[in-house]
Amino acid sequence: MVRYIVRRLLQLIPTLFGLSLLLFAWLHSLPGGPEAALLDVRATADTRAQVRRSLGLDEPLWIQYGRFMKRLAQLDLGDSFSTGTPVVEEFGRRFPATVELTVAAMILAIGLGIPLGYLAARRHGRLLDILTVSGSLLGICIPIFFLGFLLKALLAVKLGWFPSLGRQTPGLDATRVTGFYVLDGVLTREFDASWDALKHLVLPGIALASIPFAIIVRMTRASVLEVLGEDYVRTAEAKGLRESTVRRRHVLRNAMLPVATSIGLLTGGLLSGAVLTETVFAFGGIGSFLAEAISNRDYPVLMGFIMIIAVLYVLINLAVDLSYSLLDPRVRVR
Amino acid sequence: MALLEVEDLAVTFHRRGTEPVRAVDGVSFTVAEGQVVGLVGESGCGKSVTSLALMGLLAKRGVTVTGSARFEEADLLQMSPSSMRDMRGARMAMIFQDPLSSLNPVVPIGLQVTEVLQRHRELRGDKARAEAADLLDRVGIPDPTRRLKEYPHQLSGGMRQRALIAMAVACRPRLLIADEPTTALDVTIQAQILELLKDLVAEEGTALIMITHDLGVVAGLCDEINVMYAGRVVEAASRRPLFARPVHPYSVGLLASIPRLDAPRGEKLTPIPGSVRDNIAWADGCAFAPRCTHAVEACVEGPPELTRTYTGHAYRCVNPVSREEAEAVAAPAVLPTPSLTEATPSEEESS
Amino acid sequence: MSAKTDRIDRLAELTAARADEGGHGLWYEAFKRLRRNPMAIAGAVIVLVFVLIAILARVLAPYEPDAQTWLGETSTATMTFPGARAGNLLGVDHLGRDMLSRLLIGSQQSLLVGVVATVLGFSAGALLGGVSGACLGLFGTAGRRVDAVLMRFNDMALAVPSLLLAVSVATLLGQSLITVMIAVGVTQVPVFARLLRGSMLAQSHSDYVMASTALGVRKSRIVLNHILPNSLGPVLVQVTLSLATAIIEAAGLSFLGLGGVDAAHPEWGFMLAESQQYLSGALRFAVYPATAIIVTALGFTLLGEALREALDPKLRK
Repeated sequence: MVRYIVRRLLQLIPTLFGLSLLLFAWLHSLPGGPEAALLDVRATADTRAQVRRSLGLDEPLWIQYGRFMKRLAQLDLGDSFSTGTPVVEEFGRRFPATVELTVAAMILAIGLGIPLGYLAARRHGRLLDILTVSGSLLGICIPIFFLGFLLKALLAVKLGWFPSLGRQTPGLDATRVTGFYVLDGVLTREFDASWDALKHLVLPGIALASIPFAIIVRMTRASVLEVLGEDYVRTAEAKGLRESTVRRRHVLRNAMLPVATSIGLLTGGLLSGAVLTETVFAFGGIGSFLAEAISNRDYPVLMGFIMIIAVLYVLINLAVDLSYSLLDPRVRVR
Repeated sequence: MALLEVEDLAVTFHRRGTEPVRAVDGVSFTVAEGQVVGLVGESGCGKSVTSLALMGLLAKRGVTVTGSARFEEADLLQMSPSSMRDMRGARMAMIFQDPLSSLNPVVPIGLQVTEVLQRHRELRGDKARAEAADLLDRVGIPDPTRRLKEYPHQLSGGMRQRALIAMAVACRPRLLIADEPTTALDVTIQAQILELLKDLVAEEGTALIMITHDLGVVAGLCDEINVMYAGRVVEAASRRPLFARPVHPYSVGLLASIPRLDAPRGEKLTPIPGSVRDNIAWADGCAFAPRCTHAVEACVEGPPELTRTYTGHAYRCVNPVSREEAEAVAAPAVLPTPSLTEATPSEEESS
Repeated sequence: MSAKTDRIDRLAELTAARADEGGHGLWYEAFKRLRRNPMAIAGAVIVLVFVLIAILARVLAPYEPDAQTWLGETSTATMTFPGARAGNLLGVDHLGRDMLSRLLIGSQQSLLVGVVATVLGFSAGALLGGVSGACLGLFGTAGRRVDAVLMRFNDMALAVPSLLLAVSVATLLGQSLITVMIAVGVTQVPVFARLLRGSMLAQSHSDYVMASTALGVRKSRIVLNHILPNSLGPVLVQVTLSLATAIIEAAGLSFLGLGGVDAAHPEWGFMLAESQQYLSGALRFAVYPATAIIVTALGFTLLGEALREALDPKLRK
C-alpha cells in the first residue's frame, strides 16, 4: 500500500516536468505579453522594453524556464505580474472559495443524485424513472452560465431569497481564520456569518452541481439496474433478508463502486472547471482569476495555478484509486 | 401429508409488444418430508422458473403466477411478501447454479453466512460467528474461522458452492431447492458437492428439490423424478421405473443421448434432433412432436393428457414408447448406482 | 475534463462484448432497435428540424438579422421593448432587431460550430488514438512505449480545464467564430483519442482477435481490418454527443466574448451574453436563445444516448 502510494507520487515528478515544459512553451507562444496589460496603450516602446526587462522576459526562453524550475525546486512559484504578490499567496487566498463552491456543488449533486438515481432504477420504466432520466439529460444540455443567470434572475433578483453575487455580504465584518467562510463562522462562533456565506453558496452551488448531478443520477441508475439483475441479489432475497439489508448491503454497496470513482473524477474536474460559474456569480475563486490571468499574460500565475491544479488532480485520482481498493476487495493495490 | 404440494402451477411472462410467454404451464408435483425430487429437462423447459416461483423470487411486474403450492399448510403463491421473507432462508432455502456470481463479491463470506443467522435465528456477534464457522465446517470447508474473513473471489469454485450451501442450510430448512448446483463445477468437485447435499438432507431429514439437466445427477440422488418439457411435466415416476422403463419419447431420447463408457467403439451418440426452437404451442398438440421420433397424426390434434398408470408412473404422450424399445436404450443405463457420487473422494484444492 | 475519463472508458468497453446475433449485422440490429426507441425518434426529429432550419434560415427569416428596423420603439433606459406581435413573432431585441430572424440565422452558426468542431476533434483525436492503439497492437515493446507517451500527454490534456484550453486558443487566434470552432474542437481531441484507443484495446482482448491470431493472420491485417472497424461504435456515439457538447461550449465561449461581434451573423451564445444587461426588464432575451441551445443540444444528446443503448450488448434483448 505505502509502496504503491510512493510509486504513484514519484510518477508525478516526470508528469509535472512534462507539463511545465509544455505549459511554458504554450504560454510563451501566445501573442502579446504581460506588459500590454500592465501598461497603457500609449506607452512607448522604451517603457515596454523596460517593463519586460524588469519582469525578466528579455532573456532567452530556456534561461527563463531554467529559472522557473530552479525556483520550483525550492517550492517557490514566483510573484504575479499583475498584483506583485507571490503566486502561492494568491492561490491560497482564492482556493478556499473554489473548494467551498466545489464542495457545496458536490454535496448537492451526490445528496440528490444518488437517492434519485436509486429510486429511478427501482421504478424502472415508470413515471419517476422517465422524469429522472429526462431531467438529467436536460441537466447536461443546459449551459451552466444560463442556469446561473436564470437562478440569479428568479431567486435572487426577483424573489430576493438569495444574494446574487459574492461570497458574503460586504458589510458583514467576519473574522477570517481559514478562508473557508462557512467554517470560519463556525470556528469563531459568528454563526450569522456562516449562515450568510451559506446563503451565498446556494445559487452558484446549484449551477455548478447541474452537470455532476446529471452524471451521478444516470450512473447510479444504470449501476443499480445492473446490480439488481445480479445473481447475488437474488441469493440475498432467497435468504429472506429484510429489504433494507438487501438494499444497503447487497445492492448499494456494489452499485456505488463505479459511482464512487466518477465522484472523485468529477470533483477533480469541478475544482478547475468553475470558471463560468465563478464569473456569473462574481465568486472570486481560482477559476475567474485564471481567466483573468490569461488575458493579462500573467505567466507565473498561469504556470503556478495550473501546476497546482494538476498536482491536486493527480492526488484526487490517487485517492480515488485507493478508496476503490478499499471498497472493492477484488481490486488489490500492488 | 406431503410437505409441498404443487398444483397446476403456471407462470406467464408479459412483455410489451410481444406475445405473452408461458414458461411454466400447469405443473403439478408433490414433495414428501425428507424426499428428494428431481426436476429434469433441457435449458428453457421451465424448471428454474418453477423453483423461482415457489420461492417467490420472480419479478413482481410482467409476471403472472397461477395455481397453488401448499407448503406446511400455507399456499406459497398467496402469501404476503413479508411472510414469504420470513419463510425464505428459514423454512425453505435455495442453492443457485453459479456460485461465483451468486455470492456478493464485496462482502466477506462470514457476514454472508451470519446475516441469515441473525435474520432468522436472532444470533448476533460472537455467537453468530461461532455458528457460522460451525456451518462452514459442516459443509467441509477447512479452516472455517479464517475463511469467514475472506471474500468470495479468494475461494475456489467448490468452496464457494459449499459456502452457498452453508448459507442455505443455516436455519435447518424443511425444504431445500437446488437449481443446477453442480453445473458450473469441475466433474470431480461435482461429485463431492452432490455427496455433501445427499448427506445433509439425510442427516436433517430435509426435503430436496433437485433441478438439473443431468440424468446422471438424478440417478444417484432422487427418489421421484419429473421430466419437464416446454413448461409441462411430460413424465413423472420414481427413480427405478423411470430409468428401467421410460415411457415418454423425450425421456427415452434423454437417456439415449447420454454418452456411455460401455458403448461399442465407433458407435454414434443418438442425440434428440432439432432444438427447443422447433416447439409448437401446447394448445396445438404435443410441444415435443416436431422433434419426436414417435410422432403420429394424433400428436398434433390437441394437447396430450397426462396418463397415470396404477403403479404411479405418469406420462403425457399419445404414442408412448413400447416396452422393448425403451428397454433397449434404458437397460445398460439402469441406474449407475450405487451412485457416481462415490467415485472421487479426493480432497478438493483450496486456494 | 477529468470526469470525462471514466465515462469515456466505460463507453469504450461497450464494444468489448459483441454477441454474434444470427442473420443480421450489428449495425442493422442497432438500427432496428433505434427505430423502436422513442428517445431516438425524438432526438432524430429535433436534429432534423434543426438542420432544416439552419439550411433554410435565409429563406425562413422574415427580416435581415442586423436590420435595426424598430430601434425607435425600444428604450434601454426604461427597459421597454416591443414583445411578441404580428410581424415580430418573438418580439424585438434591445437594438430594434427582429428576434425570430436572429434566432433562425443563429442556427447556422451553431450547426457550423458544432459540425466543424466535432469533425476537427474527431479527426485529430481519432488519428492520435488510432496511432496509439495501433502502435500498442503492432510494434511490441517499442509500440507500447510510444503508446504510453502519447497517452500520458493525452491524459494531461484532459486534466487541463477545457475552457482554459479554449480561451488560450482564442488568444492565439483572435476573436472570431473560427476561433470558437477550433477552440471547441481542440478540447474534444483528447476525448476522442482516449475513446478510440480504449475501444481498440477492448477489441484486441476479444475472442475473434485471438482466433485470427491463432490462424496466423498478420498483425497489421488484424488491426486494420478487424480491430479498427469494430472499434468505431462508441466513437460514433461520442460524435453525436460531441455535437451537443460543442454547441453548449461554443455558447459558453461566445458568452465570455471570444466569438467576436458580428451583427450580420448572430450567434445564440452571444445573444445570451448580450441579454445579461436586460435580465430585469426582458428575461425573454435570454430565454429564447437559451431554449434554442438547450433544445438543439438535447436533440443530439437524445440521439447519442439512444445510439449508445442500441450498440450496448449488455442492454440488448
